[in-house]
Amino acid sequence: MKQQRPLTITAGRLVLPGEVRTGAIRCVDGQIVGIGDVTPQDGDDVVDAGGKLIAPGLVDLGVFAVDKPAFHFGGITRAALMPDQAPPLDHPARVQFLAYSGKPDFWVHPLAAATRGLEGSELAELALMLDAGARGIATGRRWIADSGIMLRLLRYAAMLDLAVVSHSEDAGLAGNAVATAGEMATRLGLPSAPAEAEALAVARDIALAEIAGARLHLRQVTTKASLDLVRAAKRRGVAVSAGVTPAHFMLSDFAMAEFRTFARLSPPLRQESDRRAVVEAIGDGTIDVISSGHDPRGPEDKRLPFADAEPGMAGAESLLAMVLSLVRDDVIDLPRAFSLLAGKPGELLGVPAGSLALDQEADIALIDPEKPWVISSARMAASAGNTPFDGQPVQGRVTALFKGGVAIG
Amino acid sequence: MTSSPNTPAMGRYPAGGLAFPHRGLLGIAGLQNHEILFLLDEAEQWVELNRRSAKHSETLAGLTIINAFFENSTRTLLSFEIAGKRLGADVVNMQAAQSSIKKGETLIDTGVTLNAMRADAIVIRHASSGAVALIADQVACPVLNAGDGQHEHPTQALLDALTLRHALRERGRSDEFNGLIVTICGDILHSRVARSNILCLSSLGARVRVCAPPALMPEAIDAMGAEPYHDFEAAMDGADAVMMLRLQNERMQGQFIPSPREYRHLYGLTAERLNRCAPNALVMHPGPMNRGVEIESDIADLMGTSLVTRQVEMGVAIRMACLDVLTRRARGVDGWAEAGERSA
Repeated sequence: MKQQRPLTITAGRLVLPGEVRTGAIRCVDGQIVGIGDVTPQDGDDVVDAGGKLIAPGLVDLGVFAVDKPAFHFGGITRAALMPDQAPPLDHPARVQFLAYSGKPDFWVHPLAAATRGLEGSELAELALMLDAGARGIATGRRWIADSGIMLRLLRYAAMLDLAVVSHSEDAGLAGNAVATAGEMATRLGLPSAPAEAEALAVARDIALAEIAGARLHLRQVTTKASLDLVRAAKRRGVAVSAGVTPAHFMLSDFAMAEFRTFARLSPPLRQESDRRAVVEAIGDGTIDVISSGHDPRGPEDKRLPFADAEPGMAGAESLLAMVLSLVRDDVIDLPRAFSLLAGKPGELLGVPAGSLALDQEADIALIDPEKPWVISSARMAASAGNTPFDGQPVQGRVTALFKGGVAIG
Repeated sequence: MTSSPNTPAMGRYPAGGLAFPHRGLLGIAGLQNHEILFLLDEAEQWVELNRRSAKHSETLAGLTIINAFFENSTRTLLSFEIAGKRLGADVVNMQAAQSSIKKGETLIDTGVTLNAMRADAIVIRHASSGAVALIADQVACPVLNAGDGQHEHPTQALLDALTLRHALRERGRSDEFNGLIVTICGDILHSRVARSNILCLSSLGARVRVCAPPALMPEAIDAMGAEPYHDFEAAMDGADAVMMLRLQNERMQGQFIPSPREYRHLYGLTAERLNRCAPNALVMHPGPMNRGVEIESDIADLMGTSLVTRQVEMGVAIRMACLDVLTRRARGVDGWAEAGERSA
């Protein structure tokens, strides 16, 4: 639906790039036209924010399902959809279909499968998929093991100016592992791989991106060793960015106790020292993006023995609250939180959204950052309740959401 | 003490049902030291019964026990079947290759189905770690873990402890497990027997060493209470007992071990290596043995040293004890019916 009448949201705390200030925001024809000392004009719809946060709608970089109720609950107005669909997003027609699938109140930005069938051997029709609406390229849940293919992919992506979103886990080391090698995996008797499987893959992908001059986004960087590699690469000026999901900064592999399959993730949960390294990297700017990795999975995928269960968590609803906990813990401030959740991912996808600035899309979330609630697996908006945070009390809820200046719900 | 060494000692554990407050037996992890001792002590009466010519009790008469084995097994299944029958229960075996289950109904549905048949105890073996606990959640009766993936095999650890205790008592060792050095050698990485034994033996006071080539040694095994060794000779030095594990043939074809003969060269139990152990050291193997690979035939058959057949004997007694103890609440045994239970 197009915005019919201008909208002014007043009396809120605006979360702008770099600062939070009291003020109002005005939107016309789906775009932001005034920020700060603006007043509603005759004929405007007026919404009183009541001192709550006025923030950009979240841009979720790397989700596995289009699950609108969960996204809207979590304040997410756009999501980059991973190509791991059935069938994979390796064909322009499927990309085009999905690019329109959420409109008007939710925008899906498909990530094109890097290789046909995500098999890692033949390049997919990337330029055609770009024209069909793809906003990036992704290797899917898998690593491209063949370094020759990966280099050619990165060069091609650089030519098209698309970021390559990679899953970095050395396939030989990872094998059939479902856990990180360590005490927990040993006690539970689960197939495990050393955490270094990630750093090995990150090192290679960075080296190849450097040769190709490509933009590389490592969707989940979860160990101290690989974060150090990202830090060093950024210092050299490599166009690399790093992401993570809340699971890896909130939980360690102890969450797998009693074979809880909601904690079966890919990459697997790490040891406590790595979890702390992730928190530190969020604080020092090494990590650029926090996404939900939203992957709702029902009992048929999760009520199985741990190693037989599918990886993934339904994370869209809890994403904002988890990141706000980092603000309360003084790891980051509010503007940086929304850079991680919206600004940087919007930039990586090349969409005019993700921050409150003039001429940006009016994707706006009103947020009560203190509102307490309890995450409950049994009562979620998502199509499945597979959250490892079940029963956890959190703070911070979206109270209203606007997509292109139009109120949702 | 006036009682014979093989009867339960008084005062070692709480009275009645509090002696074993668990609903099932899913693993050694979570068991208190006195709960392990209780099961060992309970097994002694069945060791005696099993040595008579008429080996029958009506303790579980009228009860139905289902042995649901989703992974191939001969010995463990037979042992549980005999244990149930000697206690007078009706025993039914269900053997399903895991693949056929995977194709059709889920494990959860299988659990629900078994539950609807109103078994009084279910014994489960499955190739995936954690699978037994998953089914246990779906059923109302006690569940016994007969081996889940690479996680636990609690009755094996209990029967090994019982076997060791008998052998040690015969040798007049009064402090039993205290300070006893037990070396477990073989594929520790993939072994549920090793995991359960490490937990059980260290809880009883023994020092456990594990020995394996790096590819077959799990990470952080020391955190579970075992000392890791790669050098078999060093692991044998002064050991009071050696437990040899079977190495799966498919792991000896180059992926983990270059060849069976190379494995034998480094880790085969020979008379020479046995001499490095403490005098009169004991040799154990959960079976089936690869004679001439992890253990030489003459060692496996060495009277007075090898406990391999004794382990099989104790296995039946331990499983009888577990089935008896776990069904006491439902049978309304004095002091058990009213006692609370814990889910693990």
